[in-house]
Amino acid sequence: MNIRRRGLLRRGLLLGMGAIAGQLAVGTSWAQAALENILKTKKIRIGVPTDFAPYGFVGPDLKPRGLDVDMANYIAAKLGAQAELLPVTTANRIPYLQTKKADLVISTLGKNPEREKVVDFSIAYSPFFIGVFGPKSIAIKAPADLAGKSIAVTRGSVDDTELTKIAPAAAEVRRFEDNNATISAFLAGQTQLLATSAQVASTVMSRNPQLGTEYKFLLKDSPNFIGLAKGEDALRARINEILADAKKSGELEKLSQKWLGRSTGDLPE
Amino acid sequence: MFDFVAILGQWPLLLHGVMWTVILTVASAPVGVAAGAAFAWVRADGPPWGKAIVATYVELIRNTPFIVQLFFLFFGLPAAGIKLSPEASSILAMVINLGAYATEIIRAGIEATPRGQLEAASSLALTRLQTFLHVVLPPAFAKVWPALVSQIVIVMLGSAVCGQISTEELSFEANLIQSRNFRAFESFVVATAIYLALSIALRRLLNWLGPRFLFGRSA
Repeated sequence: MNIRRRGLLRRGLLLGMGAIAGQLAVGTSWAQAALENILKTKKIRIGVPTDFAPYGFVGPDLKPRGLDVDMANYIAAKLGAQAELLPVTTANRIPYLQTKKADLVISTLGKNPEREKVVDFSIAYSPFFIGVFGPKSIAIKAPADLAGKSIAVTRGSVDDTELTKIAPAAAEVRRFEDNNATISAFLAGQTQLLATSAQVASTVMSRNPQLGTEYKFLLKDSPNFIGLAKGEDALRARINEILADAKKSGELEKLSQKWLGRSTGDLPE
Repeated sequence: MFDFVAILGQWPLLLHGVMWTVILTVASAPVGVAAGAAFAWVRADGPPWGKAIVATYVELIRNTPFIVQLFFLFFGLPAAGIKLSPEASSILAMVINLGAYATEIIRAGIEATPRGQLEAASSLALTRLQTFLHVVLPPAFAKVWPALVSQIVIVMLGSAVCGQISTEELSFEANLIQSRNFRAFESFVVATAIYLALSIALRRLLNWLGPRFLFGRSA
């Protein structure tokens, strides 16, 4: 490599670094302005799920509905802004925050260390859980009550793992090939109870109200948090304030009861 | 790289699976063959309406997949108020399935009965049932026994899909083991070996049983 080319290379590198630093500076100043921006334009862009009932799904009127959608509209109203709902998927919801296409993502987002490296989280706003479900006529309060009862579960799922851990030996655990077979067995009355996620159970409940299916007890809890772009401290503080108030006023509890048929439980801060 | 200890360490599950595969087969094979013999008689020598019913049954069962028949019994019948346990549904599906195939296999044997033997039976004043049970059926079994044994083995291997409705037979347990430790290759290699051993054992047992109890060796 000759001197001239090395010089060019170095200049290029310096230029590049300068450009990145400049962008970072711009980015930060813009990022911190997210709350100001929302208050000024009276618009907030929120990513919500549309394929994940009861958290977010498309209603008969083709408009998004669900717990996350209600939450998004609630927060927008509290900020005095219009909610612009963006449909996001499990795979693209974090990129939406990273690329600042959304101010908030309210999409059954669980918190874990890998995600915390790339986005920030509010306090928890709703529960996501795996539980045991069954008709009102069967009294089930705790794992021990499962003795002598038949429970449908999908083989090899997290639901199965958690149920197997706590089910007494006298419980009749019926393992099926996939979610559909599990639900069919329960709906056909072939099993008395159903162990599954809140998401699946809610579909069962809403499509078959005549069965009077209700939540019995918890197998595993993993609450949902609102995701924000990294460094949006002003917006995050305001969102946390809104959520803390909503928790106190019972608004979060009301949403959980409405969509999940269950209390929020103890939501972590 | 391969970890067969992880599978063989689960031997209580495998044993439980083998037990259920054997129970399903032992419970369904005699009933299925008996039903096949009865239906074959109706088809060969019964009233026209009986022939029509048996023909419909045979065509319906032989031209639809076993798993669909199984799902119908387990997921479909509750809608009509009939609830069968997974095990009962599995056995019933296997009986119905084997019955249809056995009907056709045994009918072939019946039709091969020489006319002279029937005339001899009637000249001895045997009733139609006596003629069927003592003159027609034993040689018919003797003629079609190898085909019937193969069909019973096929039905036993077919019981592998009963795991779909949570009957805990061998494939169900192999699947359960591999979904817990992700050793799919080892799990199914072991299951395959057990199925092979079961098939060979069943074939030998039936080849021994048939001549002794259903028909004379000389027949």
